[in-house]
Amino acid sequence: MERAEKRKLEIIATKIRLGVIEGTYHAKSGHPGGSLSIADTLAYLYWEEMNIDPQNPKMEGRDKLVLSKGHCAPALYAALANRGYFPVEELQTLRHIGSRLQGHPNMNDTPGVEMSTGSLGQGISAACGMALAAKLKNDGSRVYTILGDGEIEEGQVWEASMFAAQYKLDNLVAIVDNNNLQIDGPITEVMSSYPITDKFSSFGWHVIPVYAHDFDQLEAAFKEARTVKGKPTAIIQKSIKGKGVSFMENQVSWHGTAPNAEQYEQAKAELTAALQALEQA
Amino acid sequence: MADVKKIATRESYGNALKELAPKYKNLVVLDADLAAATKTGIFKKAYPDRFFDCGIAEANMMGVAAGLAASGMTVFASSFAMFAAGRAFEIVRNSIGYPGLPVKIGATHAGISVGEDGATHQCCEDIALMRTIPGMTVIVPADDVEAKAAVEAAILHNGPVYLRFGRLAAPVFNDPATYHFEIGKGITLRDGKDITIIATGLMVAEAMEAAKTLEAEGIDARVLNIHTIKPLDEELVLKAAAETGKIVTVEEHSIIGGLGSAVADVCSAKCPCQITKIGVNDEFGQSGPAADLLKLYGLSAENIVKTVKEVLGR
Repeated sequence: MERAEKRKLEIIATKIRLGVIEGTYHAKSGHPGGSLSIADTLAYLYWEEMNIDPQNPKMEGRDKLVLSKGHCAPALYAALANRGYFPVEELQTLRHIGSRLQGHPNMNDTPGVEMSTGSLGQGISAACGMALAAKLKNDGSRVYTILGDGEIEEGQVWEASMFAAQYKLDNLVAIVDNNNLQIDGPITEVMSSYPITDKFSSFGWHVIPVYAHDFDQLEAAFKEARTVKGKPTAIIQKSIKGKGVSFMENQVSWHGTAPNAEQYEQAKAELTAALQALEQA
Repeated sequence: MADVKKIATRESYGNALKELAPKYKNLVVLDADLAAATKTGIFKKAYPDRFFDCGIAEANMMGVAAGLAASGMTVFASSFAMFAAGRAFEIVRNSIGYPGLPVKIGATHAGISVGEDGATHQCCEDIALMRTIPGMTVIVPADDVEAKAAVEAAILHNGPVYLRFGRLAAPVFNDPATYHFEIGKGITLRDGKDITIIATGLMVAEAMEAAKTLEAEGIDARVLNIHTIKPLDEELVLKAAAETGKIVTVEEHSIIGGLGSAVADVCSAKCPCQITKIGVNDEFGQSGPAADLLKLYGLSAENIVKTVKEVLGR
């Protein structure tokens, strides 16, 4: 990837992270940790990979993203707002009464949200249905879904994985965000979902392991996925929970806790400094 | 009713899907390895490219149905009531109900008339489960004519619909030439002033038979066929409550949360009256021939007659 292109994506990802901090701080709740770990992936998807039109969110034949790990809505909303689906200022209304930004995504409330998710393990099934519909309509569209490494403990994920392979949904890409932490602790201690790559391989998927915070690797993975025929692709991304905010990184306590005023200022200062450095470079 | 033609409503369901397929080009059908039993196999045989077996994985099936519906497809998802409403409840609630996606759930083998398979497969809780989901329409057809009409009405309804079908052959009493189905509109099968019997599904025919017996004994019973449990035809129910003062509800479902509860909900608020519920009491079913089980659990014309006489003190 060219340097300028990478710089652009890094700036966008930093803005998404700022949006996550804004949203969860003003909501006094929410899930910053896992939202920060998928910021780069969302930047790549919405700015490079997906065929979408923020001015026409229901465009026929568009690509779709289903956020199966729906609790990371703050990142999805920040990506959609920065992409132009709705004003960035609205991120501060996250989880407020009457807001279009519900605690977990609702497709009927928020422009650009393709599926209501939040109950883990369900989004991937809906993504399978959308990918199957795209095949039936032969409209060439692609479907993406992001799951957590804790989420894949849900049995429904493996029901869906069998379905996707059975019906050769090569227009479906599942991204597993492997930050190694779930609410009760490291996934190895709570309920190991490892080996994740082997599991998806044995379920008949094409598997691509990547490091989530490297746009070259993301680009290579998503390009490779487009060449795969006859089977779905799983991108297993090693990521850092809380990525981009020093005191949140790799801390399970930031799974579902909002920053207080002091922490908010510090997180904002760190991300703003990173943003300025990128913009001046 | 020995001379009357009998068809299981699951059969009507499969036939309706096949018959409606040419008219509704976007219609696809999902099943969870029970196509032969739910009768979606009839559709599968005629339209193999529009049928998708999801295997024994009802949770995923409901999610796939949601994704298809979100993409503009007309989708039916089928399994036994126990698994469609029971096992997959939370997926139906969150992936179909919450976003209001127009998935049609075709649930067969409802109630204890499943028969020999026994309690694990006899779902008497599905109406209760489904009617608590906001925006979910719940339909329980009584015979072949009504079931087929309900399938098309469900297609045309822009929202999630739960259709409850039975395994046991049911007498066909509606005349296809004159029958009219409208979601949420109950049907007065027989007028009467002494008491109202409100029935749904397989119990409608039993209620009619009971009313005939009662007539011979000088009791004038009104009979309502409530094919749509939700939204309930409040107007028709309240009119019956006001005019006859006493109601007996009959359903092949738990007395907790089903038709009887829906009727009691509306009457207690708007026209309090004596309501007696006939259904499966707070207990599980058991193995046995369907006809015998129905009698044993009081889901018969005979028990309706007995109950009505008790209520009226005759």
